[in-house]
Amino acid sequence: MNRRDRIAAALNGGLRPSALDVTDESHLHAGHAGARPGGETHYRIHVISEAFSGKSRVERHRMINALLASEFESGLHALAIHAKAEGE
Amino acid sequence: MTNAHDRIDAEVKSSDVVLFMKGTPQFPMCGFSGQVVQILDYIGVPYKGINVLEDGDIRQGIKDYSNWPTIPQLYVKGEFIGGCDIAREMFQSGELQQLLADKGVSVGQKASA
Repeated sequence: MNRRDRIAAALNGGLRPSALDVTDESHLHAGHAGARPGGETHYRIHVISEAFSGKSRVERHRMINALLASEFESGLHALAIHAKAEGE
Repeated sequence: MTNAHDRIDAEVKSSDVVLFMKGTPQFPMCGFSGQVVQILDYIGVPYKGINVLEDGDIRQGIKDYSNWPTIPQLYVKGEFIGGCDIAREMFQSGELQQLLADKGVSVGQKASA
């Protein structure tokens, strides 16, 4: 599994999202700080989940970051997050 | 770690608005840090930019300080507000400007660094 698939699996398992899109944007950052020759450093996620209902932005990001802790420890450098609850 | 924590704690309480970033407000070294610089400059709020690339202890320490794995990190009156996405969403909705007003931080002045 590549990192994109691992991120998707972790978020699917932890958030039961109704919509989830994970995009590898590492190529957009090639040569910049944090980029690595093998890529898999920069990602953007769009996620809609009932789990975010009533949660603040910081709380939502923390939920996502916690699910992806092992990825951050293994070279995930940047994560752009769009996290919405149902109906937002 | 305690040392870095104490230094960070002192920094976030030393200025109303503090941005831990890569590079400087004049020369951001990262697109995400640069976005927050643009937002703060647009609002016209004075802030202190701290370049984590200059200090490895701070670079790691700031991630531990707020249990937040990425940089930039924005603080207002010592409170962690969020990173680039949150700052942008709050700016676009007007919440960031409102937060600054609620906390008594004057805006609309020429930004200093």
